[in-house]
Amino acid sequence: MFQGMSAIDLARGQFAFTVMFHIVFPAFTIGIASYLAVLEGLWLWTRDEVYMRIFDYWKTIFAVVFGMGVVSGIVMSYQFGTNWSVFSDKAGPVIGPLMGYEVLSAFFLEAGFLGIMLFGLKKVGPKLHFTATVMVAIGTLFSAFWILSANSWMQTPTGYSINEAGQFVPEDWWAVIFNPSFPYRLVHMTLAAYLTTAFVVGAVSAWHLLSDRENRAARTMFSMAMWMALIVAPIQIFAGDQHGLNTLEYQPRKIAAMEGHWETEAGAPLILFGIPDDDAEVTRYKLEIPYGSALILTHSLDGTLKGLKEWTKDDRPPMEIVFWSFRIMVGLGFLMLGIGLWSGWRRLRGRLFDDRWLLRAAIVMGPSGFVAVLAGWVTTEVGRQPYTVYELLRTADSAAPLAAPAVAASLIAFIVVYCAVFGAGIFYILRLMHRRPGHEKPVEELGPTRTAGITPAATVDIDRTLGE
Amino acid sequence: MDFNLLAFIWAAIIAFAVLAYIVLDGFDLGVGILFPFMKEEKERDLMMNSVAPIWDGNETWLVLGGGGLLAVFPLAYATILPALYAPIIAMLLGLIFRGVAFEFRWRTRRGKFLWDWAFAGGSMIAAFAQGVALGALVQGIHVENRAYAGGWWDWLTWFSLLTGVALIVGYGLLGATWLVMKTEGPVHDHARRLAKPAGIATLGLIGLVSLVTPFLEPQYLARWFDYPTVVFSLIVPLLVLGCAFILFNGLIRGGDHAPFFAAQAIFILCYAGIGISFYPYMVPTSVTIWDAAAPDSSLAFMLVGACILMPIILTYTGFAYWVFRGKVHADGGYH
Repeated sequence: MFQGMSAIDLARGQFAFTVMFHIVFPAFTIGIASYLAVLEGLWLWTRDEVYMRIFDYWKTIFAVVFGMGVVSGIVMSYQFGTNWSVFSDKAGPVIGPLMGYEVLSAFFLEAGFLGIMLFGLKKVGPKLHFTATVMVAIGTLFSAFWILSANSWMQTPTGYSINEAGQFVPEDWWAVIFNPSFPYRLVHMTLAAYLTTAFVVGAVSAWHLLSDRENRAARTMFSMAMWMALIVAPIQIFAGDQHGLNTLEYQPRKIAAMEGHWETEAGAPLILFGIPDDDAEVTRYKLEIPYGSALILTHSLDGTLKGLKEWTKDDRPPMEIVFWSFRIMVGLGFLMLGIGLWSGWRRLRGRLFDDRWLLRAAIVMGPSGFVAVLAGWVTTEVGRQPYTVYELLRTADSAAPLAAPAVAASLIAFIVVYCAVFGAGIFYILRLMHRRPGHEKPVEELGPTRTAGITPAATVDIDRTLGE
Repeated sequence: MDFNLLAFIWAAIIAFAVLAYIVLDGFDLGVGILFPFMKEEKERDLMMNSVAPIWDGNETWLVLGGGGLLAVFPLAYATILPALYAPIIAMLLGLIFRGVAFEFRWRTRRGKFLWDWAFAGGSMIAAFAQGVALGALVQGIHVENRAYAGGWWDWLTWFSLLTGVALIVGYGLLGATWLVMKTEGPVHDHARRLAKPAGIATLGLIGLVSLVTPFLEPQYLARWFDYPTVVFSLIVPLLVLGCAFILFNGLIRGGDHAPFFAAQAIFILCYAGIGISFYPYMVPTSVTIWDAAAPDSSLAFMLVGACILMPIILTYTGFAYWVFRGKVHADGGYH
């Protein structure tokens, strides 16, 4: 395995593998944490038991996902040093403090209140418990804020100077944090996390509604999820468009790769489909809308867009990846919008829970958010190659003085462990989703809020629902 | 480079974060290390529940140690981690296994034994890897041109293996005394029995490591036997013995809290000894605190946040411990 690969390719593979596994979990926990806060808030406000049942249902799933997010995240915080030490030495003074603020303001907040949120309802009472839930949700959002600021700085660096040791020295922290691409990336990713969660919740509730149409908890979940799809999907498409315009301004070669354009031209067409070939520098079998690309990106029919040939070969991102990942993301975004509109139309007719095809479609779209998030990150991360700090530090110059066998061994270890451990985790999550929502005992009788089988009763219950 | 107050303050904060990690996560890794000694499923449930609400917060100090090092001492981060590549990766993998076990263990009956093993094995690997990493760091890391310049197996020596074993045993002691403090019934009694040999072995290993350490580097020897630091070298062993007395007195006479705090005090004393031996090096003996420090603008920016946020963190962490104070009960009253 991995023979003939250079240490740097292996290190890149390792980073891509571990970060792609990791991002799935926070993308989900950011969304569920906010969802849980809303549910508990609704429960406190209306005292309607159904919200607390939904809360308990997703709290268990949240705990499992969050645990996986934590442990896969610790790996990320050390991998910069083990595999990318030159990058760490040079960019550490800028991105290190951003990540430091993430730890101080977000990770401790999440971890400190998570225990109370999961196990402490009886101990602290509903009001303080709600505070803990809100703190966890705020923690996930703070975390997104800082880590996206760090990532955005690497994409659009501002507010720095370079010292004699070759290190980036922060000169203006405001400019560093609120670098040009940060606001767009933050909005786009946060909405993506909310949409991802909405579609998971939608799929789980739809699946239960198919066999238990009157299930009140499932109905409430499905209704909330479809509201999110209807409202957030169009906002997300707009936010994505704005993000694209920002990228055109600061990273035009990424846009060229996304659009499939090799030649600089006025009135560039929108390529819906095609097969890019990086070696031959052409995009074959194109299906185009004339002037489309120019219209979307420059808001005029004869606007000029740069093609990838403007840059030398070793300065280009691989179009063969970026072109496809971008289309997957956008395609899924429009499918989400479609589900939102479909549900809105059904809701208007008062038949939201009766359309079995809508329920089935919602189930199929369950994982769409994760796929879209991964495709989006591939687009932006591969699209900024060959740099780690855009146009300032090349990926090839960022790696640690690594020996290929050491990286290969650790990469194999990560692949084996991640597939086994997180594979098991995903299996357990699917089983938790298989539980019928809303059939738990009322809150007063719940006793221990430990979501799992601490008490004999809960153990029996889990065994029965899990069919073991 | 000369003394820089900002860098000095940051070295103290990072040292505090690492110490907080050892003090807080040491006992919860220790609970995992003791898993194989407790055969009953109910006992294991209780052990795990005693740390379930707090382990995540404890481990966050490790992220602060790593992330903080990157922020304020990027050169130390960029040389220590490649040098300790294998132990660090092993530690991360170990932490994955034990971390997910907290949730996964409750999600299956058939596979529960697998996650028992994951919890115990992961805790042991993480503790061993941390000990090996510490030993390798004490031995020194070779740095040239701002990069690690040693070989891929430099971390592996008899000394680092010794410190690895010492940390497993030491964390085991912390875990046992934690269980003495937090549980009742069979787990409590069993933990009390286990704590005694663990205590004796920990003290023996501390003695052994202390005998070897001064001869690894001339600076350590000078620190240990030259004035004024020799005063510290004379006091620390006495304090360790005092703590050992409190530890065993509590274990034999039946105090529930004293052994835990005495064991923690022993860890803190050892840690202080390492700190005094290292100063002013961040990476012995190639990179000093001043060499490794990030530019002042980074240090100052982070310091503002640390001064505001660390007291808040300590407050709500303390609150979380307060919420889950007292003995853990098997009937689920804890949760």
